[in-house]
Amino acid sequence: MRFTLEIWRQKNAQDEGRFEVYEVDGISPNTSFLEMLDILNERLIKEGKEPVAFDHDCREGICGSCGLFINGRAHGPLPNITTCRLYMRHFKDGERIVIEPFRAKPFPVIKDLVVDRSALDRIIQKGGYISVNTGSAPDANSIPIPKAVADRAFDYATCIGCGACVAACKNASAMLFVAAKVSHLAMLPQGQPERRQRVKRMVAQMDSEGFGHCSNTGACAVECPAKIPLSAIAQLQRDYIWANLTPDLYAR
Amino acid sequence: MSDILTAPAPAQTRTGISWREGTLLTRNNCPEGELEKRWTRHKDSLRLVAPHNKRKLEVIVVGAGLAGASAAASLGELGYRVKVFVYHNSPRRAHSIAAQGGINAAKNYRNDGDSVWRLFYDTIKGGDFRARESNVYRLAEVSVKIIDHCVAQGIPFAREYGGYLDTRSFGGAQLMRTFYARGQTGQQLLLGAYAALQRQVELGNVQVFYNHDVLDIVVEEGKARGIICRNLITGALHSVPAHAVVLATGGYGNAYYLSTNAKLSNATAIWRACRRGAYFGNPSFVQIHPTCIPQSGEYQSKLTLMSESLRNDGRVWVPRTPGDKRPPHEIPEHQRWYYLEEWYPSFGNLVPRDIASRAAKRVCDMGYGVGPTGRAVYLDFSDAIKRLGKEVIYQRYGNLFEMYEEITGENPWETPMRIYPAVHYTMGGLWVDYNLMTNIEGLYAIGEANFSDHGANRLGASALMQGLADGYFILPYTIGDYLATQLFVKLTTDTAAFREAEKETQQRIDRLLSIQGKRTVDEFHRELGKVLWDECGLSRNAQGLLSAFEQVRALRERFWREVYVPGTGEEFNQNLERALRVADFLELAELMIIDAYHREESCGCHLREEYQTPEGEALRNDEEFAYVAAWEWNGENQPPTLHKEPLKFEFVKPTVRSYK
Ligand SMILES: Cc1cc2nc3c(=O)[nH]c(=O)nc-3n(C[C@H](O)[C@H](O)[C@H](O)COP(=O)(O)OP(=O)(O)OC[C@H]3O[C@@H](n4cnc5c(N)ncnc54)[C@H](O)[C@@H]3O)c2cc1C
Ligand code: SF4
Ligand code: FES
Repeated sequence: MRFTLEIWRQKNAQDEGRFEVYEVDGISPNTSFLEMLDILNERLIKEGKEPVAFDHDCREGICGSCGLFINGRAHGPLPNITTCRLYMRHFKDGERIVIEPFRAKPFPVIKDLVVDRSALDRIIQKGGYISVNTGSAPDANSIPIPKAVADRAFDYATCIGCGACVAACKNASAMLFVAAKVSHLAMLPQGQPERRQRVKRMVAQMDSEGFGHCSNTGACAVECPAKIPLSAIAQLQRDYIWANLTPDLYAR
Repeated sequence: MSDILTAPAPAQTRTGISWREGTLLTRNNCPEGELEKRWTRHKDSLRLVAPHNKRKLEVIVVGAGLAGASAAASLGELGYRVKVFVYHNSPRRAHSIAAQGGINAAKNYRNDGDSVWRLFYDTIKGGDFRARESNVYRLAEVSVKIIDHCVAQGIPFAREYGGYLDTRSFGGAQLMRTFYARGQTGQQLLLGAYAALQRQVELGNVQVFYNHDVLDIVVEEGKARGIICRNLITGALHSVPAHAVVLATGGYGNAYYLSTNAKLSNATAIWRACRRGAYFGNPSFVQIHPTCIPQSGEYQSKLTLMSESLRNDGRVWVPRTPGDKRPPHEIPEHQRWYYLEEWYPSFGNLVPRDIASRAAKRVCDMGYGVGPTGRAVYLDFSDAIKRLGKEVIYQRYGNLFEMYEEITGENPWETPMRIYPAVHYTMGGLWVDYNLMTNIEGLYAIGEANFSDHGANRLGASALMQGLADGYFILPYTIGDYLATQLFVKLTTDTAAFREAEKETQQRIDRLLSIQGKRTVDEFHRELGKVLWDECGLSRNAQGLLSAFEQVRALRERFWREVYVPGTGEEFNQNLERALRVADFLELAELMIIDAYHREESCGCHLREEYQTPEGEALRNDEEFAYVAAWEWNGENQPPTLHKEPLKFEFVKPTVRSYK
């Protein structure tokens, strides 16, 4: 297969950046999207040109490293899939493919297609956990949890932290990401003691990182590779209102 | 370690490959006496550090996979000052995130007769009697606490309808002791450890340095004193001192280029530690996983694992007629050869990994392989789907089925999966004593980076267990024993050792950038991978290893003459990162080959063709090889020194490992 690639090149955070056009040919349909970029890079290196920087690691959709904005969509043309799980058979022969980094103010570009997503870690730091020290836990089966509840908690817990929800949102909101963690822990009995503070602090951090407000369009859930459902956002909103409007009997 | 003599023995030369005989490594700090009481008694004998003093002690943890994140979080909770370094752009991206199948623990929630003893026994036997009894028993013992802690952290393990934890069976065990979270157990466990780590960051006990690549370990007067790292964004080198350094940097399976490991996993930190004097234990013990998606093209960048939990319900077969090209559904039942069930009736499709991998190779070598390349076997779910229904199978393996379909374009609900073995895990790693300390004082290695618990073969679902055991429940105790002696050490980087290490690192980078050859880093890496896979992979023999040794030396020499690394060192430069990795793999590979060559027996993953039974099973030689090979590096192109740690089996009598 043959493709024309229009790729965002930006030397570093200070550089303005621009698109450059590359042709690739002889690509097998079973080549993954990132392998196609590997092939381009091998060629660029051989030609003495600077290869394209992009993030990746596991290449199986779980680490959340990869993340390209392809033809106007986070992680490319298919819904609910990471960039590394895209194959060239998902594109048309001869297609022109525009490749950009995830764009959002809280995600500054480091180089080419690589962005800094550490804002997401800082949100987790504000309570995206249960405060339990190593060694203090009771026997695991002393906390029975209905299977349906555990399954739902799991569904929310599978967020891979890729930031596609942010890139897909016209307001660059990180709502789905935050909601996934809030909802995961809100489901579980272990998550109850810190439930109020958690939602308040995580949302406050999201705001202070410069993420926008939820656009309520659901664009995030269309791209989310972990298929985090929009019900997570509803849960977050309920918890947020509850935490702010009702008196906290246990407030310190 | 003071009482290890370094007797200068004559170099042992056999054509090409040679090494020096070192000493008997007898001091490994393993306690004596009753097995069940060893860990408790040992803990009670360790020195303690008072809370107000812990704040004065700095620990560097390199890596934030399961082992590193759990260790750093726990050390932070104790009150130590912890600095974590990862090359990833977030600690949550570590390779541990990809583990699918599950984590073992001797909870016996099933009432199926499990116990600490049995988990210990299975692990020792699974490792083909090449691991330490004391360590393995401790691992089994703390396994139960891991599950408790992880549940308390809110990790959503699979549950039964009654609300209690579900478990399943996994390769090499006749018990259901594997806890899991659908097909994403590693992700859930890592996110738990990551969250605990972030909590300590918030509390100010731990600092995490993202995008920092650790390129050297600084050793002064036999003690670890810090690291040299490169900021991957700016390219700047930094020297960082500490009272102790913990390496939790994962395995080196990517030496083979294609493996199931994440693309960026590498050996740099442990290899650099080895060059600084840390012994490397059993470098040739590499696990090849039986259930991976077969390779399809040259540009394939990695191999994808299909969790071995699939073998619980899938049946492995090939057509009874070699070269049968009919599509699988047209092959009637009586013409299918369920070779695992036939060869190993009591374990069937659940035999340990090394056995399943070699069996797949054997049937493919005999011409029974399927698929376009003939290097694959079927893993078939049709019986299980009939027996349990689609819903149950979906619950168990839904995401794996999807992943398979996506990669291969084939639908495993309708046609059997095709699988083939791939490099997966390294049992070898830095040699550590019972305290998880290397022979360099104050330098620790945990998780896949050390050699400790799995002998010559790791059981499924035991790496997650070991990483978390090391990080949550072992290192936090043992490291205090050393740190207690370091209270009055003032930290500084203004020393000859730091200056020298930083200078050497800079020179290495400059040299790579200045070669300006014609070949890419990946070309060399692919070539190295092929040599290792062919000669130091599923089966090995002396001749092949000798040839591999020569090939790797030649390749390394060419690498340093012909490689082209674009860009500069003062910027974000992914090719430079890779070049540094491959340079280290090229050196480590040599040691792997020497180790495989020197071990003239077969055990676990290490099948030497010269030493096997007529049926092709491993023929162990306990008389001569019941030891850990701990290799000391003596310089480039110099024969390494072999120190032997004898393995004593006081509680389990080594037997022929039979799964028939
Ligand atoms: C596909 C797959 C599935 C698996 N499934 C299972 C399973 O079901 N059950 C099981 O028990 N095991 C499984 N394993 C094995 C298990 O996942 C690993 O052995 C384990 O996760 C390793 O954890 P770790 O903490 O030692 O290292 P890793 O998770 O590899 O972490 C390494 C860390 O070190 C850092 N690092 C490394 N080098 C440097 C450096 N030079 N400078 C700075 N930072 C560095 C990295 O950034 C990373 O944070 C699986 C493995 C694979 C490949
Ligand atoms: S919610 Fe989905 S899209 Fe957003 S970071 Fe998590 S996995 Fe990515
Ligand atoms: S590379 Fe890990 S999710 Fe894509």
